[in-house]
Amino acid sequence: MILKLSKDFKFSNNYKKMNIFSFLLIFLSILVLLFKGLNFGVDFKGGTLIEIRSENININIADIRQSLLKMNLGDINVKKFGNENDYLIKIEKTNTNDPNFIKSINEQLISDLNSPLNFRRVENVGPKVSRELLDAGFLAIALSLAAMLFYIWIRFEWQFSLGAIIAIIHDVIITVGIFSFLSYEINLSIVAAVLTIVGYSMNDTVVIFDRIRENLRKYTKVSISEISDISTHETLSRTIITSLTTLLALFSIYIFGGEILKGFSFAMIVGVIVGTYSSIFVATPVLNYTKVNYKTISKEDVENN
Amino acid sequence: MLYFSKIKLSIIYFTIIILSFFSFTNFIENKENFFLSKKVNLGLDLQGGSYLLLEVDPSPIVNQNLQQKLISLRNYFKEKNIKYENLKLVNQSINFILKIEDIESFENFFLDKENSINTYFNQYRSYEMILSLDSGRVKITYSKYGLIEIKKSVVEQSLEIVRRRIDDIGTNDPTILRRGNDRIIVELPGLDDPNRIKKLLGKTANLTFRLVSENEDDFGSEFLFYEDGEAKLRVNKRVVLNGNNLISAQPNFNQQTNQTTVNISLDRAGSKKFARTTQDHVGQRLAIILDNKIISAPVINEPILSGNSSISGNFTSQTATDLALLLRSGALPAPLTVIEERTVGPDLGEDSIKAGAFSLIIGFLLVIIYMIYKYRKLGIVADLALIVNLILLLGILTILEATLTLPGIAGIILTVGMAVDANVLIFERIKEEMKKEASIIHAFDSGYKKAQSAVLDANITTLISALILFALGSGPVKGFAVTLGIGILTTLFSAYFFARHLCSIYAKKNKDNKILI
Repeated sequence: MILKLSKDFKFSNNYKKMNIFSFLLIFLSILVLLFKGLNFGVDFKGGTLIEIRSENININIADIRQSLLKMNLGDINVKKFGNENDYLIKIEKTNTNDPNFIKSINEQLISDLNSPLNFRRVENVGPKVSRELLDAGFLAIALSLAAMLFYIWIRFEWQFSLGAIIAIIHDVIITVGIFSFLSYEINLSIVAAVLTIVGYSMNDTVVIFDRIRENLRKYTKVSISEISDISTHETLSRTIITSLTTLLALFSIYIFGGEILKGFSFAMIVGVIVGTYSSIFVATPVLNYTKVNYKTISKEDVENN
Repeated sequence: MLYFSKIKLSIIYFTIIILSFFSFTNFIENKENFFLSKKVNLGLDLQGGSYLLLEVDPSPIVNQNLQQKLISLRNYFKEKNIKYENLKLVNQSINFILKIEDIESFENFFLDKENSINTYFNQYRSYEMILSLDSGRVKITYSKYGLIEIKKSVVEQSLEIVRRRIDDIGTNDPTILRRGNDRIIVELPGLDDPNRIKKLLGKTANLTFRLVSENEDDFGSEFLFYEDGEAKLRVNKRVVLNGNNLISAQPNFNQQTNQTTVNISLDRAGSKKFARTTQDHVGQRLAIILDNKIISAPVINEPILSGNSSISGNFTSQTATDLALLLRSGALPAPLTVIEERTVGPDLGEDSIKAGAFSLIIGFLLVIIYMIYKYRKLGIVADLALIVNLILLLGILTILEATLTLPGIAGIILTVGMAVDANVLIFERIKEEMKKEASIIHAFDSGYKKAQSAVLDANITTLISALILFALGSGPVKGFAVTLGIGILTTLFSAYFFARHLCSIYAKKNKDNKILI
């Protein structure tokens, strides 16, 4: 469909429409974030996560809940996890002072469910550590935004910087908004995904910007909206091919990479799609609105020489 | 851009050969040879194992130190004939009241860099203690740096004890590291139930022998509970003997009495003290106390002169073994708490490796096929570059003996998807140049030249993300940053050196051919 896009297609004619669409998405994301919030995992909220595999097919989520409720563990969340007999249990309480905490849960479940259980994974994060991990996560995202801003500012003019950073923030808000909307869990790997999205979105934007700068030098008489269109067209097939190969790799992780990487790869898939869209319809329009022309660039050349 | 000097070519191919060699060493078993033994480590999430983050609680040591400072202060006041009132320890601070006229001289003494009580740390430019005054009331607490120094020394000592305990249990390749000022990381590969380790690390294992007193005596006594938490005994506060006097401890099963005990032997000083006490108090009971809980309190039947004794109690063979182990490794200076635990069973790790490897192969094949479909012969060049890229990546990971985690595998797969970007940028540029240029070689040449800035910019942005993630991420996520970051470097290398060389050969061979891409 897009591959057969006519050479005369004017991206710039659709900037307004697409920007309204983006604003709407961001607005909705913020609304969802405000009213629904994020579903933080044990990494950031503290608590205990246990992945179990039962050898008895006849147990169900209600049985597991029932058994755990007896133990007075605070908020409990049980769900199926991938395989038919695999369950993921999240418990609000962490008891780091009692070395028998996990063992007692194990014994209670085995006796109540009457089935051999395999504790495949246990994560127990105390409140102090989860707080620190959350702070480190925010710091990492803030730092990467600042670093990108700085990099672009060195390589280009401020208008480009502004465009790129708006696009990145756009991508991050929408990705996180979708996670909030779907109640998907936010854990350490999602922060890694968000950081990679920041890098990817930037990567995509920079390639188009690079071409715009080149074309501004080449066609000094042409308006910025036309230059945007020419540059977007020239880089379009690269944009699509790279997004496609990246998505191929990500879908392969999402489908075959196991339950643990599902959240991560989902976030990346959303990020790559949104990031590709935003390079064309968010970052580039900013150059139009800030009225970039060949003088913006030549000023930079003079400074550099 | 298409010309390569011989030296350059030999460096490029030499690098590729060396790194292929190292990626190959992962698949052979050879522990002796320094080069052949290099391997990528599997993270705990892939091989199964347990990660524990321990935090020391320095408050007992703080109180202990303050107690000593308090005695030194009392001596100082006596020596200088300064009147003081209400000198006591409250809430981890020393409090007392001085006469107004004495305050200035005390302050001068206390804030003198050479004073004997309040140490001055040159490296922090801070004192060990802080003095706060409220008319005649004086309050002395530890400063931020004073506390840091205490924590540091507590962690340093604890590290040693933790190491001894874990080595004694005999787990595979444990990693025990200090983190920050008050934490210890313990990584135990292959361990799927850290329960016993947690139990053993949770005890300070402070062993004391104290006489049971029938009534209040002059040295003072206190009530202590047995381990079951119900029965209690009045014991003397004077410590006859403590764990420092132990030279060995072994579990022992007595077949005649059917009892499990822990046999201990004492050092020379300990033997002497023990002999004297048991001589003087035949017929009395001697309580054996671990971490303020009574294990047992046998009656002294006869003097024990040899320095060998045994501790009886309600032991199973497991608890006796553990007690002996704790006694051998010595007491921790302060309690440790597990503040984070992550354990992965070996079967989940295996599943993760399988799933990771499978998705890597699928992702790889999809990208390879797509590139050939898109670029035909040049697609093969890009694919060869991708293969070389992966070999280089694995080689570098091996040389660094980096730890591969599940997110790390995701990073490799992502690299597969994103690595072709460099070649796509270049090929697309060459395509454009072909429309303008008459000569194929020129088209290739300027294609490479003009794509360079975009390729660099695009990769540096991802590299920045990877670096930040590496600096701030923890555990498995760090593994992702490592593979993603190194993946970018190998991508640049394989695109700009290896693939460019293949392209130069290709372009030269086909210089008269018009339709290349």
